[in-house]
Amino acid sequence: MITDPAEMAISADPWAVLRGATRARVALGRAGDGLPTARELEFRAAHAVARDAVHEALDAEPVRAGLPELEVVEVHSAAADRAEYLQRPDLGRRLADGTSLPRADADLAVVIGDGLSPRAVHEHAAAMTVALLERLPGWSVAPVVLAHQARVGLGDEIGAALGVRAVVVLIGERPGLSSADSLGIYLTWDPRPGRVDSERNCVSNVRPPHGLGYAQAAETVARLLGAARELGASGVVLKDDRALE
Amino acid sequence: MTVRRTTLGGHTYEFPSLSDLLAKATPARSGDVLAGCAAESAAQRVAAQMVLADLPLATFLEEQVVGYDEDDVTRLILDTHDAAAFTPVAAMTVGEFRDTLLAWAAESDEHAISSLARGLTPEMVAATSKLMRNADLIAVGRRTRVVTGLRSTLGLRGRLASRLQPNHPTDDPLGVTASIIDGLLQGSGDAVIGINPATDSPAQTIALLELVDAVISRYEIPTQSCVLAHVTTTLRALERGAPVDLVFQSVAGTQAANRGFGVTLGLLAEARAGALELGRGTVGSNVTYFETGQGSALSADAHRGVDGRPVDQQTLEARSYAVARHFEPLLVNTVVGFIGPEYLYDGKQVIRAGLEDHFCGKLLGLPMGVDVCYTNHAEVDGDDTDSLMLLLGAAGCSFVIAVPGSDDVMLHYQSLSFSDVLTARQVLDLRPAPEFEAWLARMDLLDDDGRVRALTADAPAAKALLAAASA
Repeated sequence: MITDPAEMAISADPWAVLRGATRARVALGRAGDGLPTARELEFRAAHAVARDAVHEALDAEPVRAGLPELEVVEVHSAAADRAEYLQRPDLGRRLADGTSLPRADADLAVVIGDGLSPRAVHEHAAAMTVALLERLPGWSVAPVVLAHQARVGLGDEIGAALGVRAVVVLIGERPGLSSADSLGIYLTWDPRPGRVDSERNCVSNVRPPHGLGYAQAAETVARLLGAARELGASGVVLKDDRALE
Repeated sequence: MTVRRTTLGGHTYEFPSLSDLLAKATPARSGDVLAGCAAESAAQRVAAQMVLADLPLATFLEEQVVGYDEDDVTRLILDTHDAAAFTPVAAMTVGEFRDTLLAWAAESDEHAISSLARGLTPEMVAATSKLMRNADLIAVGRRTRVVTGLRSTLGLRGRLASRLQPNHPTDDPLGVTASIIDGLLQGSGDAVIGINPATDSPAQTIALLELVDAVISRYEIPTQSCVLAHVTTTLRALERGAPVDLVFQSVAGTQAANRGFGVTLGLLAEARAGALELGRGTVGSNVTYFETGQGSALSADAHRGVDGRPVDQQTLEARSYAVARHFEPLLVNTVVGFIGPEYLYDGKQVIRAGLEDHFCGKLLGLPMGVDVCYTNHAEVDGDDTDSLMLLLGAAGCSFVIAVPGSDDVMLHYQSLSFSDVLTARQVLDLRPAPEFEAWLARMDLLDDDGRVRALTADAPAAKALLAAASA
């Protein structure tokens, strides 16, 4: 008779003990020294979804459709295509030659960039923008800029060209095997070329229902923006414990 | 500054500095393009290789790519250079040295190759690697013997060890344990059971060290543990009496890049001394573990040398081995596809870099392993990592990294799986570290041919190890 609970768990389904303890791919079984076909194809499927998310072309339509009352301006970075974008992050931080943006002289610009997951933009960017702007009464906002082949730093040049006091960049994060559509949000006060990452604040993994929800992310960003306006700066100097949780 | 030149196809190519010559001679990779030092044409690359082939090896003792006065890695390299070990090749050019290495490799003269280590500098071996094809890197790497040990012996001929990497997004003890058990049941973990902690704090590090120590003690496994926290965190753990087998640190090839990692040579020496004092080894006393990777200096904007010129990422990578070598490591591995496609773009570049790093590290006397891996935005997939794994197995690589099902759920990248290691051992007729192999046999985890058996859950070994995950 088994009396030890651990022993009982083993008798029920020993491999389930391992699987239940972690999200890691444990107890997959083997076919010879390789993986069984079903497990191998599961892994390939996860990688394929992540790869497709990286290489999907940015489509302006879902963003425009989700922001019917806002003006949306499209720009391109200096990276000509996806291959160049992936190898030259410096080009993804600069606007393409000849880009002109109208001076807005507003408080805030929202930049939506494809980053490493255009899929994240298609699925979350418009709703996230709406949720954020709802929480910023009294802030004047420049036209939304939709940027192709964009890195986070592109927001600095865009913000400077528009003449805004702060820029918020919504950008697709690098897809993982289990999360191909995470959106990251980066806030930079007084944006201009040459800003470094330590001068930004970040809220990552916006991806309802699995990751952070729009409302929660919007409240955090709105609070950070308020604190940045008070301080006249963003980044590591910005201490808002509640916002940085 | 000597300007070097040659003529190829009616065009004269000039190389204004040693660092420029090395960079232009480097096989193509995205990181050197990003740094602005890559060859601008295929012909220019070969022209640089021609000039490099005629360069005396001793040039690298007289002329620096990163200045002696401003960089402590350069000082370490030159101040610890062993002139006696260098003597057999001291009069050779880089090209002659390549030819000699290939001749010794063909004769299986491991002693001639392996005894050069302390006489060679990173720049010499990086230069030589740039003249080699992949098969050359494999042939010489295979005949370079570097044996180290703590509670298992690594680097012996005919062996391939693995680091069991049981990472968990929240360092959950049960989750970590489940991955450890899964790896042990598949014959992984003879190099180290090494965890990247999700939280780099002394308390978390101590908790994880105690967890792995308990598993190792309970089943009397001849291996070592490591929590890959920052060296300053490990120092705190040592102060509190934690069971530290190995001091870990990421290192790079310039003083500026190491400063970016928050590391000095003095800190590393202090931590190594602390671990040595514990005397936890049974078959050896190598108590450090280092990770490196092409592109780490560039990503920290710390890739410049003499006159502010960019140094190519492969030469800088080899320089990081001089840092590691100084602390007599048990394990060193390059993380070859992790930093991203802006440094190594595709499978071809990742495979090339993995073989270069293995060759350079081995030749400099390091127990060289490789994290054969990729991220989802690189042009790399499981076929490429299979290829590199098997090439490294043929090259006599000391160890590889293995994670459950190739999927690191904490660091979000793909490395080899436990079953991949079994495949490499089977295809290339390689075995685990001898002490660990004996343990696998004692646990009844090997079949009559010495292969790790596919277990049913009611096998005695499976039941015994699974009990650890249920506790």
